[in-house]
Amino acid sequence: MNIHSDLSISRTDGRPMYLQIIEQIKQRIAIGDWPAGSEIPSIRQLAIDLRISVITVKRAYFELEHEGIIVTQHGKGSFVATNTQLSRQLWEDELDSYLEQVARLAALLGLSNEQLIHRLQAAAAQQQQELL
Amino acid sequence: MNTHAVELHKVGKRYKYFSLNDISLSLPTGSITGFIGVNGAGKSTTIRILLGLVHQDHGSVQVLGQAMPEQQVLAKREIGYVSEDMRLYPKASLAWHMQFIQSIYPNWDQAYAEQLLKRFDLRAEQKIKGLSHGQRVKASLLLALARRPKLLILDEPTTGLDPVARQEVLTALIEVLADEDRTILFSSHNTLDVEQISDQVVFIDQGSIIEARSKEDLLDAWRRLRVRVAPDQTVAQLPYVLQHQGHGQLQTIITNRYSPELQQTYQQAGLEIQAVELLTLEEIFVASIQARREGKNL
Repeated sequence: MNIHSDLSISRTDGRPMYLQIIEQIKQRIAIGDWPAGSEIPSIRQLAIDLRISVITVKRAYFELEHEGIIVTQHGKGSFVATNTQLSRQLWEDELDSYLEQVARLAALLGLSNEQLIHRLQAAAAQQQQELL
Repeated sequence: MNTHAVELHKVGKRYKYFSLNDISLSLPTGSITGFIGVNGAGKSTTIRILLGLVHQDHGSVQVLGQAMPEQQVLAKREIGYVSEDMRLYPKASLAWHMQFIQSIYPNWDQAYAEQLLKRFDLRAEQKIKGLSHGQRVKASLLLALARRPKLLILDEPTTGLDPVARQEVLTALIEVLADEDRTILFSSHNTLDVEQISDQVVFIDQGSIIEARSKEDLLDAWRRLRVRVAPDQTVAQLPYVLQHQGHGQLQTIITNRYSPELQQTYQQAGLEIQAVELLTLEEIFVASIQARREGKNL
């Protein structure tokens, strides 16, 4: 199966383009749009689709490969890694990065740990309310 | 196949009021290089040397494996060149130009030319004198692209284009690179275009190349740090501070050697780091030029 890229890059996002690519690919893998083992666009093809430089896509793929999320076979192309633990791990990583952000903002606001935990519990309660 | 489409080694050219100072530069095959400099920095002189239109006083110039200017006839068959002041015949139509180029260059790809006509929203039967500036640029680009040159040299291709035409041109350029044997060098004032499509970035100022490296590495090395300093502390003496602003407790530092270790060094020196921000290519370019003109080492 060959996946057509439907990624998009934001110019006002503030984050580097390669990080945006990494995040969007991870999302597609995590929700199952890009299933394990499937072929993903080549570096050059994705660069053309997104109208951005080859080197930027190369960097994103390099880091995804380094994290074991994709594998690149020389001359064959790049594929989503066939690691079943992956999607769980992706969400775990994403949660960790959000928690880091939360901790940073809390420090900026001068919140105590107790206040932070309280706010987190309130947010979790709110989320449960919405699900019901 | 050469791994580098262009190699300049210590190339110099002296004019009465301007000189190109021993520039060295290589363009990897299959890449796009953005060439940025203010007016009069030496972009056009460098490009003319690559085309064999100007002969260097000293230094070696290799273009597609051919020594310039000696073997320029061989090299030029494979070079496509587009500049702002392209001379097209005003009274002739675009179709006439297409046929003319086709009769000279055997590599001409008519199917691709027609595809570009549609994409660029041009009509072949229209005379050049009736075209707008943007249409003329796109026509010149079409004439160069459809020859399928190994090296495409573009002098300010997006200057004066409206946003739609600019995206059309940038897309056509990126697509050239689907073929890994082809290489693009384009000069621009528009750092946004360079930031979007370049693999490599070259800054030139006052006849010298002051930066030439991968765009990703370049963007990665620069940061603006918003810091809080003790009332009696100065930040100028800290390592790799290229610029700093502010006199109160809140100051900004710009560095071109950012790493987590550098951030630690600053923290150990007593700075409270409140934010670390990336710079745009434009900010990096301006800061590089200013630093160099202030006599600082980049």
